[in-house]
Amino acid sequence: MAQVTLDSVRKIYPNGVEAVTPASFQIEDGEFVVLVGPSGCGKSTLLRMIAGLEDITEGALSIGETVVNTLDPADRDIAMVFQNYALYPHMTVRKNIAYGLKNRKTPKDVIAQKVDEAAKMLNLTEYLERKPAQLSGGQRQRVAMGRAIVRDPALFLFDEPLSNLDAKLRNQMRIEIKALQRRLGVTSIYVTHDQVEAMTMADRIIVLNGGRIEQIGTPSDIYHNPASTFVASFMGAPPMNLVAAEMQDGTLSFAGLELPLASSLRGPVTLGLRPEDLIIDSHGPLAMEVELIEELGAHRLLHGQVDGQRLTVHLAKEEQVALGPLRLSCRVQNLCLFHPETGVRMDGGFAFNLAQERMEERA
Amino acid sequence: MADISLSAATPVVPRRRFRWSTVVDHAVLITGALIMFFPLLVMLQTASTPDVETMKYGPGLYFGDQLDDNFRKAMFEASGFSGANTGLSMFKNSLILGLGFAIGKIVIGMMAAYAIVYFRLRFATFAFWLIFTTLLLPLEVRILPSYEITQKLGLLNTYTGLIVPLIASATATFFFRQFFRSVPEELVEAARIDGAGPVKFFIDILVPLSQTMIAAMFIIMFVYGWNQYLWPTMITTDEGMYTLVRGIKRIVQVLQGGNEIPEYGRANVLAIIAVLPPVAIVIFFQSWFVKGLTESDK
Repeated sequence: MAQVTLDSVRKIYPNGVEAVTPASFQIEDGEFVVLVGPSGCGKSTLLRMIAGLEDITEGALSIGETVVNTLDPADRDIAMVFQNYALYPHMTVRKNIAYGLKNRKTPKDVIAQKVDEAAKMLNLTEYLERKPAQLSGGQRQRVAMGRAIVRDPALFLFDEPLSNLDAKLRNQMRIEIKALQRRLGVTSIYVTHDQVEAMTMADRIIVLNGGRIEQIGTPSDIYHNPASTFVASFMGAPPMNLVAAEMQDGTLSFAGLELPLASSLRGPVTLGLRPEDLIIDSHGPLAMEVELIEELGAHRLLHGQVDGQRLTVHLAKEEQVALGPLRLSCRVQNLCLFHPETGVRMDGGFAFNLAQERMEERA
Repeated sequence: MADISLSAATPVVPRRRFRWSTVVDHAVLITGALIMFFPLLVMLQTASTPDVETMKYGPGLYFGDQLDDNFRKAMFEASGFSGANTGLSMFKNSLILGLGFAIGKIVIGMMAAYAIVYFRLRFATFAFWLIFTTLLLPLEVRILPSYEITQKLGLLNTYTGLIVPLIASATATFFFRQFFRSVPEELVEAARIDGAGPVKFFIDILVPLSQTMIAAMFIIMFVYGWNQYLWPTMITTDEGMYTLVRGIKRIVQVLQGGNEIPEYGRANVLAIIAVLPPVAIVIFFQSWFVKGLTESDK
């Protein structure tokens, strides 16, 4: 068990592409960190650099106290679970799990004992003598997990381990992996492009975009306080509504909405509204034209336009709605303001609280 | 409402339908098999007939009673001057050539492909194409320089001289390269994390994975080596080193001398024996062969 420290770690491929701009962060002992971002954002490259499968162009990577930049993957005390499981097809499950130990010259009886333990933990005992081809996707994934945990590594690395599973199994394995990690208390880094996995599994999320770290924070932090429009639109399903608004003389205006803000900002801004922060209110300031209703059972999503801009509203199942005009108001304390061009967060998260207080004073 | 009650119908045993096309298919196959088998029958007939009769009437319709005799002569009696080239010794030489040829080609081809595919060599692609172009230079083209080198190294009339100069194989290298390239990258990475070095990865993972491919290559290369004629003819002058293919030729050759009846029976027994090992190997490795060329369970 160990903490992982990245100090300005950077990756430039031989063809000149900078896959990862200098990244610095620290992962605490026992923490479950998820690297999330769209494909090609550098998350896998970052993970593979930590694993030692990819050279580090610049910067220092340490696992525990030692800088491991030049260390071979086998000597880094890590274990990795791959997207396509990467099981050795000609070996039985037992041999697959034992292979890493065998290469480390572990005594035979210790190997047998550890494999049995891992198999029991993962409900694989009855499959130990089978070949990977005779297992289902979920079982193969568990064998890959077994291969990782049997070595008691200091660090688990997961490279989109659930992408090849169907939706139902993915939910189940998500919980299993998280529970296992909790039980073993091993520091883990998990790469995914699925924001649901990121939100549900992570202690901390690192959002990457174009090789750059957009934001590091707890799931709730990332969700409620996105640092940029990218994070706001990437995390959360449906994503945050981002609309063009105007700041003038301490007042934010969007469609019929006028909000006094203790801010010296002026000019156009991008306003971020979570779909669930919009509420039906017959006297509300926003006039929405509902064009589509998505029925999701537990809740509904309304898609439509306000003042010519697309907006999505999240409604509880009890609310009655129909296509056509609808009036909305919003929970102002959760609004976010972003720079209209760079997409960077501008309000720092405190301005609305002030505005809120002022409104309450007036009332 | 449609009636969708679950009345379990009595299971219908599907009767095989009679089709004329099936008959035609079989007729074609059987005819083909007979045509392929016919030369073997002629060989067997000649092998069982006294040489004089064969000389007089040519191949006949009836089997004779000389099979035993001819077999004994072919296998245990020397046909040359030194008395060293019995059928048995030739069979042994052929076997050594075929096995050495096949195993050597597979080992060298696999290792070359391993180097080309898995190691970051600066000129790997160039090296591969260089190897590949040697397909354009078969033994027949380079036989004089090859012979000279072998001779100067003092390898005439040795198994080493028989096998080693033929052992480099562009074909095997190419097939193994294609196969290795289809092995998922993650498998290599998983092995690296599992602490398997280059040698361990090759032996523990790559070789077992290539099993079917190795079997397929083995069949092709063994038959190829077994049937070698030109090279053994050049390299072996010692009768004790003769291979079967070469020895058969020697027996029938007396005809050119003109004063003896060629030993047709004996030559044909040898020919049949020469056919058997390749057939046995194909039959034995057949299922693997098909797997090696079609299945991709990696």
